[in-house]
Amino acid sequence: MNRKTLKSVLKLIRPHWFFVVLSALCAVFSVAAALLIPVFTGDAIDFMLGKGNVDFSGVLKKVITIAAVALAAALSQYFMSLCNNKITYFVCRDLRRKLGEKLHSLPISYIDSHSFGDLLSRMISDVDAFADGLLMGFTQLFTGVITIGAILVIMFVLNRRIALAVFVLTPLSVFVSKFIATRTHKYFTKQASVRGEQTALINELIEGQQVLKVFGAESRSLEDFDKINSELQDAALKATFFSSLTNPSTRLVNNIVYAIVTLLGAVLCITGAGAITVGGLSVFLSYANQYAKPFNEISGVITEFQNSLTCAGRIEEVLEAENQPAEPENPLCPPVNGDVGFEAVSFRYVKERPLIENFDLEVESGQCVAIVGPTGCGKTTLINLLMRFYDVDSGAIRVDNADIRKMRRHDLRSRYGMVLQDTWLCHGTVKENIAYGKPDASDEEIIDAAKKAHAHSFIMRLKNGYDTEISGEGANLSAGQKQLLCIARAMLCRPPMLILDEATSSIDTRTELKIQAAFDEMMEGRTSFIVAHRLSTIKKADLILVMKDGKIIEKGNHSELLKKGGFYKALYESQFAKV
Amino acid sequence: MKHLKDYLKNYKLESILSPLLKMLEACFDLAVPLIVADVIDTGIASGDSSYIVRRFFLLVAMALLGLASCFIAQFFAAKAAIGTSSALRHDLLKKIQSLSLKETDKLTSSTLITRMTSDVMQVQNGLNLFLRLFMRSPFIVIGSTVLAFAISKSLAWVFVAAIAVLFIIVFSVMKITNPMYEDVQKNLDKITEVTGENLTGARVIRAFSREEKQTETFNNANTKLYNSQIRVGKTAAVLNPMTYVVVNTVIILVLWIGAKRTDSGLLLSGDIIALINYISQILIELVKLANLITQLGRSVACMNRIGRVLDTECSMEYKSDYTKKDTGEAVRFENVSFRYSDAGGNALKNISFTALKGQTIGITGGTGCGKSTLAGLILRFYDAGSGTVYIDGTDIKDIPKEKLVHLVSAVLQRAVLFKGTIKSNMLLADPNATDDEIYAALEIAQAKDFVDAKSQKLDAIVEQGGANLSGGQKQRLTIARALLAKAEILILDDSFSALDFATDAALRAALRSLPKNITVFIISQRVSSIKNADRILVLDDGALVGNGTHEELLKNCGVYREIYESQNKSEAK
Repeated sequence: MNRKTLKSVLKLIRPHWFFVVLSALCAVFSVAAALLIPVFTGDAIDFMLGKGNVDFSGVLKKVITIAAVALAAALSQYFMSLCNNKITYFVCRDLRRKLGEKLHSLPISYIDSHSFGDLLSRMISDVDAFADGLLMGFTQLFTGVITIGAILVIMFVLNRRIALAVFVLTPLSVFVSKFIATRTHKYFTKQASVRGEQTALINELIEGQQVLKVFGAESRSLEDFDKINSELQDAALKATFFSSLTNPSTRLVNNIVYAIVTLLGAVLCITGAGAITVGGLSVFLSYANQYAKPFNEISGVITEFQNSLTCAGRIEEVLEAENQPAEPENPLCPPVNGDVGFEAVSFRYVKERPLIENFDLEVESGQCVAIVGPTGCGKTTLINLLMRFYDVDSGAIRVDNADIRKMRRHDLRSRYGMVLQDTWLCHGTVKENIAYGKPDASDEEIIDAAKKAHAHSFIMRLKNGYDTEISGEGANLSAGQKQLLCIARAMLCRPPMLILDEATSSIDTRTELKIQAAFDEMMEGRTSFIVAHRLSTIKKADLILVMKDGKIIEKGNHSELLKKGGFYKALYESQFAKV
Repeated sequence: MKHLKDYLKNYKLESILSPLLKMLEACFDLAVPLIVADVIDTGIASGDSSYIVRRFFLLVAMALLGLASCFIAQFFAAKAAIGTSSALRHDLLKKIQSLSLKETDKLTSSTLITRMTSDVMQVQNGLNLFLRLFMRSPFIVIGSTVLAFAISKSLAWVFVAAIAVLFIIVFSVMKITNPMYEDVQKNLDKITEVTGENLTGARVIRAFSREEKQTETFNNANTKLYNSQIRVGKTAAVLNPMTYVVVNTVIILVLWIGAKRTDSGLLLSGDIIALINYISQILIELVKLANLITQLGRSVACMNRIGRVLDTECSMEYKSDYTKKDTGEAVRFENVSFRYSDAGGNALKNISFTALKGQTIGITGGTGCGKSTLAGLILRFYDAGSGTVYIDGTDIKDIPKEKLVHLVSAVLQRAVLFKGTIKSNMLLADPNATDDEIYAALEIAQAKDFVDAKSQKLDAIVEQGGANLSGGQKQRLTIARALLAKAEILILDDSFSALDFATDAALRAALRSLPKNITVFIISQRVSSIKNADRILVLDDGALVGNGTHEELLKNCGVYREIYESQNKSEAK
């Protein structure tokens, strides 16, 4: 495990040093108590020498001591748990908060290039696993190590010879458990990977059940499933069985050690060579028992702790990822006019793959720019650059004559209203979603925007109208309805510029036409960028950018491009090809 | 739970032997303190060292035997538990696939996936633990107590009382903390939800400059989680110290009463050591038992959830044979109405139409008007609520499942591909298709070019959900797949939406080369896609408002005219 991660974990814990010290003190105290009680018990038994020969006052004294120590130990155990909880959950809360804030300062490219599941599991399960490891580490490692050390000392004080035997023999159990753990590790890895595959298959088969029904392929897919299912059965059996051997095996070692202590102790007792009493032997035996246990626990803790450091490392990776460039020191905020300019802009997602090279474009206030091209040609790239989701590699984009990198992101982005193909809605009511960009909007404004987006009538048909809760990213709405809400959301802000990325792709053409009218009215004299498949919606644009394979290959208005007889013309004509 | 019994029947030997062997191991564990007491009271007292050595070997032998029986028990338990979970997964999938969409809609996909993965996992863990421990722990607790009675009756009553108190403590702490843990889980779910939202909505959040607001929501959820964790931690932390106090109280009582007994010659000091050993054993087993009970509670809940899926009855019946009629009509709807089970109103209202063999039928209408529902009825995803759907002149309910699959094929709105290769996806429609047949289908679907461009051609890898293909490519592959099924009726549900106009046109031209007897349903919002169809059905809010050719509909169907004009006006601009 690398030292850097460990260091940063310690750094996280440092602010809570007080609780760490308190916890350690409590641990020392409760271990001491746990160890002393058997001594007192042994002493008490030594006062009972046989019939009519019991020293009651001696026994009473010991019994009272035991009671006092046990109570004190119980209290310190309780405080130790409280401290450990506090430290662990504090650290996790800090960690989550940092991650939560980090999320919004990471560049979009980071989020785009990492899988959703991976990021989510780093932010949720990894923090959780880290917490578990930390908590276990604090509670068991502390007490475990202290216990082992203390028992060794006591045993050596009690009887050197037997102590030596125990000292030499007990680590055997650690070796045994380590031996088994390293061998079962590969079965666990195998099990995890097969299970992952199976889960993926289950997902596919259930999400795609309609397709299977269409082709009557249910039984064939069941055969595929059975193959991986029996593979999992095999892997799981091995992993479960072999890992379940650790405990009995170490127990065997412990039992044998216990037997040897009994033998040695008893023999020494008889010969009198070891100067050990019967009570002393009973004490020794219970120590031998207690001495072995922490070894088992510690080997468990160490695996857990390693796991938790791995998680901490994964979290660290996110936290240390480079942030998006800082906001400029003296931000520009020119008055809104609506001019946009690209000056010798070059941009690549991947260094080796040239994409936009030396691109120039002047858009005057009030113009409508349409971006067309086949699927996957990179139309969204331009939007990424306009909104500053990505920064240009060289050249500059200007809005109202200011380099957008010299503006604050908020000032830039609030100039645009944006409707994307991906209809993301937040958790909340319909009303909250429409007012997402303008939380202080009045109900009249919200309803007005919804009416313009032709969303009002379907909203009124929902169970609670504008107060209907939208569940899990809008699962209870159709794709078209979600798009209408996104449009209403953008319309409410009355932005000076508009970006529409396939904004009406899921809406039927009659409604689309009506919305288009609302857009037209709203965009009167404002700058807009439109991405669309439907050539009809972009014919009227002032400027059409034709993109192919990530590059802008043609540029001009509709009639110019038709005259040119290039790619656009081919695209356009295919639309009227006879069916 | 009745299901579980059936599964365990296949592992009768394992599920009986495993607990028995664990009990044997427990017997050895129980005997240890007795033997040690023997060593002290007989061996040391009489100074007989050979007796001590013999006892030593007895201890070692018992440890070894215990290990052996434990190994076998663990193996049997693992085998029975894992075998059961495998069988459960198989049966679950089989059951799910036999259900109609009416049932699976109600159960929802995400639920079904959880049932098959984490719920089965929980059952497996619970069963494994149960087989290993359900005899052992109570046996040790009871055994220790019985042996304690054998040593000293009056002292043993202390044990019984202590066990009762420990039980009460463990269960009341569990009872108090369980809802608290659920609270923690709920808060954790909330955090997951907010984080997921922040990830998927990164662009929109930034576009509307809502970063701070989202952070605030996240921090609130985070604080709530922290508070609930601390709260449950405070209560759970009571458990250990309390049991510790109880155990030490027992030790004190054993010592005090033991001292009196020893004084009156009723007890030996070795006995007291044995008793103290037993109480610590009881403590360990009680903690294990409490864990077992918590785990089992969770597993039983999971098994019940699984059981509910297994007990779901399919609402559809299938006939096993039928005689094919030759009527010349491919599909006929007779007064068909349909309502989704959770919906307020009918999705289809009293629909009647006839599609003749070889015809191309266009279906159009606004968003959510019931177009896909109509297709679903032809595929028998659902049964009509009232009225009858006829395929080939026969009531669809009288056609065997396998026959229907060969009669009707479809490209669904959502382009679904499975992990594997392009070929494996094609073979889904017809496992016996040759490469030539596949290429022919790909060619019609306009997919041949991009498949050929891949170095591995048909064997090119398709990632899960077709993630390595563009939307248009996926759609073309699903069209090719549907063609490969060579069904007499082909449904294309909005299957051109991700295609650019050039590909769309080429594809429609190629579709006209299909054999003459194939009936094609084209569902689309684009008038251009359907206007040359033999017959166009116009749906509006679930009702059939138009049925005729393009020209007829323009004349007599207001809705159709409106749709047409909405597209033509914008095209004419």
